[in-house]
Amino acid sequence: MNAFRVSVLFIAVPLRLVAGTTVPLKVDFNREVRPILSEHCFQCHGSDENGRKGRLRLDLREAALKGGESGEAAIHPGKPESSAIVARVLSSHADEVMPPPREKKPVSLAQVEILKRWIAEGADYAKHWAFEEPRKGAVKAGEHPVDAFVREKLQAMNRNPSPRAEAAPLCRRLHLDLVGFPPSPAEVREFEQAAVADADGAVRSLIGKLMKSPHFGEKWARHWLDVARYSDSNGYEKDLPREQWAWRDWVINAFNRDMPYDQFLIEQLAGDLLPGATQDQIVATGFLRNSMVNEEGAIVPEQFRMDEMFDRMDCIGKAALGLSLQCAQCHTHKFDPITHDEYFGVFAFFNNAYEAQSWVFTEEQRKVVDRILGTVAAAETSLKKQRPQWAQELAAWEASVKAKEADWTPLKATELGSTSGLNHPTLDSDLSILTQGHPSTRGDIYAVFEADLKGVTGLRLEALTHGDLPFNGPGRSRYGTWAVTELVVSVEAPGSDKSEPVKLIKPTADFSEPDGRLEEEWKADFDKEQKRTRGPVAYLIDGDDQTAWRADRGPGLRNQESVAVVQFEKPLDLPSGTKLKVLLRYLHGGSGNGRDNTMLGRCRISTTTDADPKAQPVDFAALRAMQLAPGERTPEQQQALFTAWRKTAPEAKAINEQIAAQWMQFPSAPTSVLHLAERTGEQIRPTKLLDRGAWDRPKQVIEPHTPAALHPLEASGKKDRLAFARWLADERSALTARVAVNRVWQAVFGSGIVETSEDFGTRASVPEHLDLLDWLAVDFMEHGWSHKHLITTVLTSATYQQSSKATPELLERDPRNWTLARGPRFRLEAEVVRDSALSVAGLLHQKIGGPSIFPPVPQSMLDYNYFRPTYWEVPTGPERYRRALYVFRKRSMPDPVMSSFDAPNGDFACARRPRSNTPLSALTSLNETVFVEAAQALAQRILREGGLDDASRADYAYRLCTARGIQPGELQTVLKLLEGNRVRLRQGELKAGLIAFSSLTKPEELPADATPNDLAAWTLVSRVLLNLDETMTKS
Amino acid sequence: MSMNSSDPMTERAVALKRRWFLRECGIGLGGIAANALLTREAAAATRDPGPAGPHFPGKAKRVIYMFNAGAPSHLELFDPKPELTKRNGQLPPPELLKGYRAAFIKPNSALLGSKYKFSRHGKSGIEFSELLPHTAGLADDLCLIRSMQTDAVNHAPAQIFMNTGSQQFGRPSFGAWTLYGLGSEGEDLPGYVVLTSAKGTSGGASNYGCGFLPTSYGGVPFRSGGDPVLYLSNPKGIDARAQRSSLDALTQLNQSALGTAGDPEIAARIASYEMAYRLQTSAPELMDLSKEPQSVLDLYGIKDVKEATYARNCLLARRLIERGVRFVQLFHEAWDQHGNLTKEIKKNCETTDQASAALVKDLKQRGLLEDTLVIWGGEFGRTPMVQGGNDGRDHHNRCFSYWLAGAGLKKGHVHGETDELGFNVVRDPVPVHDLNATFLHLLGFDHEKLTYRFQGRDFRLTDVHGHVVKGILA
Repeated sequence: MNAFRVSVLFIAVPLRLVAGTTVPLKVDFNREVRPILSEHCFQCHGSDENGRKGRLRLDLREAALKGGESGEAAIHPGKPESSAIVARVLSSHADEVMPPPREKKPVSLAQVEILKRWIAEGADYAKHWAFEEPRKGAVKAGEHPVDAFVREKLQAMNRNPSPRAEAAPLCRRLHLDLVGFPPSPAEVREFEQAAVADADGAVRSLIGKLMKSPHFGEKWARHWLDVARYSDSNGYEKDLPREQWAWRDWVINAFNRDMPYDQFLIEQLAGDLLPGATQDQIVATGFLRNSMVNEEGAIVPEQFRMDEMFDRMDCIGKAALGLSLQCAQCHTHKFDPITHDEYFGVFAFFNNAYEAQSWVFTEEQRKVVDRILGTVAAAETSLKKQRPQWAQELAAWEASVKAKEADWTPLKATELGSTSGLNHPTLDSDLSILTQGHPSTRGDIYAVFEADLKGVTGLRLEALTHGDLPFNGPGRSRYGTWAVTELVVSVEAPGSDKSEPVKLIKPTADFSEPDGRLEEEWKADFDKEQKRTRGPVAYLIDGDDQTAWRADRGPGLRNQESVAVVQFEKPLDLPSGTKLKVLLRYLHGGSGNGRDNTMLGRCRISTTTDADPKAQPVDFAALRAMQLAPGERTPEQQQALFTAWRKTAPEAKAINEQIAAQWMQFPSAPTSVLHLAERTGEQIRPTKLLDRGAWDRPKQVIEPHTPAALHPLEASGKKDRLAFARWLADERSALTARVAVNRVWQAVFGSGIVETSEDFGTRASVPEHLDLLDWLAVDFMEHGWSHKHLITTVLTSATYQQSSKATPELLERDPRNWTLARGPRFRLEAEVVRDSALSVAGLLHQKIGGPSIFPPVPQSMLDYNYFRPTYWEVPTGPERYRRALYVFRKRSMPDPVMSSFDAPNGDFACARRPRSNTPLSALTSLNETVFVEAAQALAQRILREGGLDDASRADYAYRLCTARGIQPGELQTVLKLLEGNRVRLRQGELKAGLIAFSSLTKPEELPADATPNDLAAWTLVSRVLLNLDETMTKS
Repeated sequence: MSMNSSDPMTERAVALKRRWFLRECGIGLGGIAANALLTREAAAATRDPGPAGPHFPGKAKRVIYMFNAGAPSHLELFDPKPELTKRNGQLPPPELLKGYRAAFIKPNSALLGSKYKFSRHGKSGIEFSELLPHTAGLADDLCLIRSMQTDAVNHAPAQIFMNTGSQQFGRPSFGAWTLYGLGSEGEDLPGYVVLTSAKGTSGGASNYGCGFLPTSYGGVPFRSGGDPVLYLSNPKGIDARAQRSSLDALTQLNQSALGTAGDPEIAARIASYEMAYRLQTSAPELMDLSKEPQSVLDLYGIKDVKEATYARNCLLARRLIERGVRFVQLFHEAWDQHGNLTKEIKKNCETTDQASAALVKDLKQRGLLEDTLVIWGGEFGRTPMVQGGNDGRDHHNRCFSYWLAGAGLKKGHVHGETDELGFNVVRDPVPVHDLNATFLHLLGFDHEKLTYRFQGRDFRLTDVHGHVVKGILA
């Protein structure tokens, strides 16, 4: 279609309106020449050095003039006849002609003429339109900017815009665009009346009213969710559910508060790095974690972390930059000025991050948390006041603790693994062992060491925190906690393959929970009687698989480090080459899914030769802090020391009890969010260019940098995610505002001003309404990147408010309405289709935000999962009819209703949806449970509210569904259907009870004067009306 | 689609004239060709007209793909390795393990010989395992590839790779590409139908998705439990007559809207409801095996026509292509024998061998085999080394086996060879992209030219790789 458009406008009629007269124009490089070069030449003669043929590049004027290895000038300005490019595309020799015949992309004669004229005129190049900063063209005072640009084009083509739509359809259109479901008949009437007096005023006031509705944010969040690839599950084979709805709610709130788009981007890319980052800002960075996560048993975690990174790049490219960044993952981009090196330059901004998870507290809970922290701090301050000598006392205590510590040597594992093979522990530079990937509810992790085993008396197990673990760990459970069933140590003599167990004694720990039954939530199907217990460190080596060592200090304190020490019954004195195997067994998980595991995420094994080594009852975090010189300790480490000291100070007993009581009140957050968190210190991760984009082929280190063809990065300051976010959201960016404006335009008109809304690169031809796009983009930035301002501008235009009626003439000339000579008309998005049905039925639940709900789906769908989603509990109360935005999205089982109406399932960023009308979508809206319930409820509503006779009821039904009254012909059809079914109901051929009610839609009492037969007959009519083209279409 | 023969100018004029009638996506369901013209136009009216039609006359007109997911062991089924049996219990030669990555096991694990015997079959004398007596009986009809290779060693990425040519999600499946290229022949059924037995697959719905192609090119699962097609049945209490009168009313009302609004998409919607109605008849008729003669049921080994078995799906596959469905894909995820290999693989073969072979025989008898491409295989192979005790094998991507039959393929032919341990390919390796390139070739496509522009790039099933495997072509 693009080719058609270009040919009509600019090849056949190379004239353009300039100051009221038409003059022949010079060939426009961007509109006419670049598409030819891009389509036919750049694949081999473009920016990618590796793929370049004959050392010729045609994307730069200088290079084209110089020519390639033949030495011949490809382009000779002013002389098409001696320009090789012309000769080559016209050549009739198979080995001469360009592009080569095997490419099957011949250049047409019309295109050759353009090239010739362009060369004759001097062969001027121009920067690709989208890389030039947008500018605001002049608009006459009093003219609506949108209309000014649109009508200028229409006039130039001697065409007229369509008249304004009637008030009722316009009211419906505004409701659908602003809140995502249709108006009630009363709202339509109100608008109609207001519009009689002042049509523009009525529109403005309706826009204002609807933008204040919290449903505005729901409607507009969905568009961002598409491109942000939001989903409620992790994807891949395991496809475990994830909790990410706090991020989804953040987006809804951001739209409702009209958060400036630049800030919207900055918080999502780097909210955690903003000074004094709030919980909301951390939640915002959940955006970057919407990638799929592979938890299959056999993965190498780094491979799939890289896949997540590639996905992040792809998403940022499509969502914000409008560039196909991922094309430069394996090599320099063939068409756009993004080198392979620059791809990894952008990648580097994001690579230095943990894949973190944090609790998200409610507002009420946050107040409680603040109060607790405040009280604890105040109590500690008062302790310091009471004991002015506290610092000396702490130092003395520290010295005494240190003196009692054994001298530990961390061991370097030579082999790591798990008996099942499902888990993949990896060795970190500090010799700690990090386990990621598949979470096993039952299993073990082992490490083999070939250490010096002379006089070894004890072994230490450290449970350590890490940014990649849930809530920092140290465990991998849904709370970041752990429970170790058994620690088993064995030795293998050199040359032997026999393993001898080693007897362990005297277990000690910094902290253990008291002995107790495993809680209900860890219930496992292999322990139905719940025999397992957890608690003291003695359980670690008691040889009993029913018991486990656990040190959960409760919400608020649980995600801290711990230590256990065991002694060898007899000190080890073994020849060098002996293998020491340490195995941690985990049999205290539940069996629901992987989140019920109790594995340690990060641990470290050390040995000592000291006599009688023990773990002191001192918080291990404090012991770790002691190992640093006082000047090197972070505030958190200083705090850990202070906390540990006061807990041992007898004088602080009362305050300690007061503080302990405070921590007991620490709330459990209702949900959490996956997000990124920056790595610091020794954990900083450099980025290496990956050869051919392959995760296991790292090459040279790449520093963070942005593509040279785009605006420059601020030279000063750190080059971190925040710097990139600010660069992206900068007014100097030629792309950012245009992409955002285009997304809004696409949502309203069904197609963007730039049709390829995900790609503004050189393959995107100059849009017909570039001036309009640019005006809106600049205006958007001038008005504080306000979406509400932008949307208001678009919706107040006459262009938007035109009638969408398509005359045969309009269709013939402009089937896809790119001239905007009529109003938008297209099928509603999947979510709006469903929400509209529920809304007209009076069922739509109005609650904003919260966990996603599980929609009813056929059992056969649940059965086709690799892992059956046993958590799929479908609500039977009003929550069942929540907006589609809150319908659980499971990646490997795309929601059948949503996907049959073309909603994406979140595997990757989707910047524009296809729109199809298939028999499957027809069957869905006819027969799917929720649609059927909507038809039943609609029938009740019609009988309750629609007057007393069939005609007025039919009229009311039409008003509910389409915002207009019924036409006489339509009334006849409806009455005929009604009557036909009534007869059959009376004769018992149809059963009213089956048709009119389900157990969920049966009303407590029937509408006055209505019989079950009435309800059934109207249910059949309702089902038809919900499937009307007009009901499902914005017009 | 007859794009190749007619005059391009006329073609274009006609297309333009019709395109206004359909706008962006129009109707269609993997090209249900209820109104063939409309459906084709629906495809053609998408952003790029696309190739629409084969590049040259293809040998195959349709495809049945038996995707045996979970990774069937080539060593127990298709690739006899007496040397492996001889060296059972020994460690593999160290030079073999250089740079090798298994999924779960330490590469340096003992070799495990197959417990099952192989013997030669047919005139071709191809060796098959005793586990596959029925498949072996087809030796002279099959083209066996023993030198498959893939890039992935985890189930989900490897399945996605095999089916879409990419380990990253979001690309169109082979079936979707086929529909995009060829459309459908049928009148009342989707062009790409998916049948699942055993459990759901690791790769999930993406294994048969449409990726960035129009939604209507995705595979439509036909289900053995409940409605064969989701939401096929009318709501409770609504009989066929009530449904017909409802749809008549709906059509009338929509037609009146078409008159007022003039939007041709309304016509597309009207047609999609009519197709839905026909599907309500055609799908149950298709799934109803009660009229199949006992001899056919016996051929496939179907005991209970209602039971959702692999065998039933094989027979359904034949019925589907008889009704003009272009692409049928069976998924049977059952082959991941990390342990309990001896027993489990035997059980799997008892479930699948007879029916897989019956399908080929049945097609042959009906004259359908000569223009149908039949494919049997999974996502990767299994290690010659043991996993967990003495009766399991790990994931192995260096070699595995596929068998093909039908259109344009050599018969009674073995392609490629692995080393004496079944570890590496030593002759004629067939990477995934080559296999897919060959499939497209058989369907009449130059795999480098069957492209779809998305995000400024011309995507293809074979990415930037792939060579047609000439050695297996007849």
